[in-house]
Amino acid sequence: MANAVEVADLVVERGGRRVLHGMSCTIPRGSITGLLGPSGSGKTTLMRAIVGVQIVKSGRITVLGHPAGSPAVRHKIGYLTQTPSVYPDLTVRENARYFASLYPGVTASDADQAIRDVGLAEAAGQLVRTLSGGQLARASLACAILSRPELLVLDEPTVGQDPVLRDELWKKFRDLAAAGTTLLVSSHVMDEASRCDRLLLIRQGRFVADDTPAAVRAEAGTDDLDEAFLRLIRRQEVAA
Amino acid sequence: MTPRILASTVGRILRQLRHDPRTIGMLVVVPTVLLALLYFMFDDAPALFDRIALIMLGVFPFIVMFLITSVAMLRERTSGTLERLLTTPLGKLDLLFGYGIAFGLVATVQAAVTTGLAYWLLDLDTAGSPGWVVLIAVTNAVLGVALGLLASAFARTEFQAVQFMPVVAFPQILLCGLFVPREGMVGWLHALSDVMPLTYAVEGLQQVGRYAEPTGTMWRDFGVVAGAVVLALVVASATLRRRTA
Repeated sequence: MANAVEVADLVVERGGRRVLHGMSCTIPRGSITGLLGPSGSGKTTLMRAIVGVQIVKSGRITVLGHPAGSPAVRHKIGYLTQTPSVYPDLTVRENARYFASLYPGVTASDADQAIRDVGLAEAAGQLVRTLSGGQLARASLACAILSRPELLVLDEPTVGQDPVLRDELWKKFRDLAAAGTTLLVSSHVMDEASRCDRLLLIRQGRFVADDTPAAVRAEAGTDDLDEAFLRLIRRQEVAA
Repeated sequence: MTPRILASTVGRILRQLRHDPRTIGMLVVVPTVLLALLYFMFDDAPALFDRIALIMLGVFPFIVMFLITSVAMLRERTSGTLERLLTTPLGKLDLLFGYGIAFGLVATVQAAVTTGLAYWLLDLDTAGSPGWVVLIAVTNAVLGVALGLLASAFARTEFQAVQFMPVVAFPQILLCGLFVPREGMVGWLHALSDVMPLTYAVEGLQQVGRYAEPTGTMWRDFGVVAGAVVLALVVASATLRRRTA
């Protein structure tokens, strides 16, 4: 099974409005796939559908060989929500150890390792409510990676991080992918796109591109991914 | 349900509470202070105090735990932690019973302290043992937790969650026989009172007040309240959706 995720004809409606229009894509195992698009394009909805918490109208999503959200895959995925979802009235360590306890075979020392991995070792004993915005996001990230999941779905993991930390986090993602983890990472910052193996460009609930960064650049005829995104959208509008 | 996940969820909820000492203090002290007020109000009518204080020992934990649980559960929903939990191997019942057990333990401490002080300092007098009072009070607290978990499913905001307290708790308090004896109620009020779990909790407490030994009625009442707890938890589990819009 070469693909970690297979999405076929996915349609999602929210509040009576269609937000994903029959999307199809595949995400290869052991790779970093960037999900890029403007705010409101459907990135979070697609990610929620893949982790199995989104009500879908129609379509099929297979995650690690099982239907999305089925009990068979829940211990194999890690999900980072866009807004940090950790308990503000617990310390970083207490949060990580609680989330670790939910997975079979994941120990307290795995939780502590994840805290070190996101650079929060010194704040481990601190109440989450006293953390800065960037630290809070990393505390939440630690809780997503601690179970060493096969599929890691990260919704804007690097927002608000300083450049050095952002670089370290991307190195960490690269290490995880090298070790066989499949990562789906959303971002609205184009300079992060070049760090991905594959790009899914999404706009208004439809894919604009699904290729490697190099192929996207070549297709659009520009080295600037921001500009490439714009050209691909214009081209499709003309075609339509 | 997974015992390991259930146990760690109970631990997590208690740890959250431990980081909030003011809430713990209020949980333990406020019911006793209110009972003391009653004691001085009925200074010259100790029999009346005995009757009302006994019922209050059952009503306080119900109200407090209902409020605390509905807010705690709403926080899980709005903070995104619930969504994250539902992508993990955690089962819905692990979470719901986790809250039931954690707050049930807190209620045990609260009921033991309040009941103890009511008997020793405020001269509360009942024919039956204080142990039965604590047992019924804790069951009521767990009933409050279960109904709070259920009510939080219908609340979008904290404002709404808090207002479910008068909706769910007040009718039960008004009709449980504390203000007007149930025998004196018109038919439809009596029928309403019959389907409200708090009615049975209060009747059970009155049995402890009247008889030295546990009566069949008391056990039946205890069973009805425990059944209502299980029913509320099952319905709450059905309203807790893994997938949302």
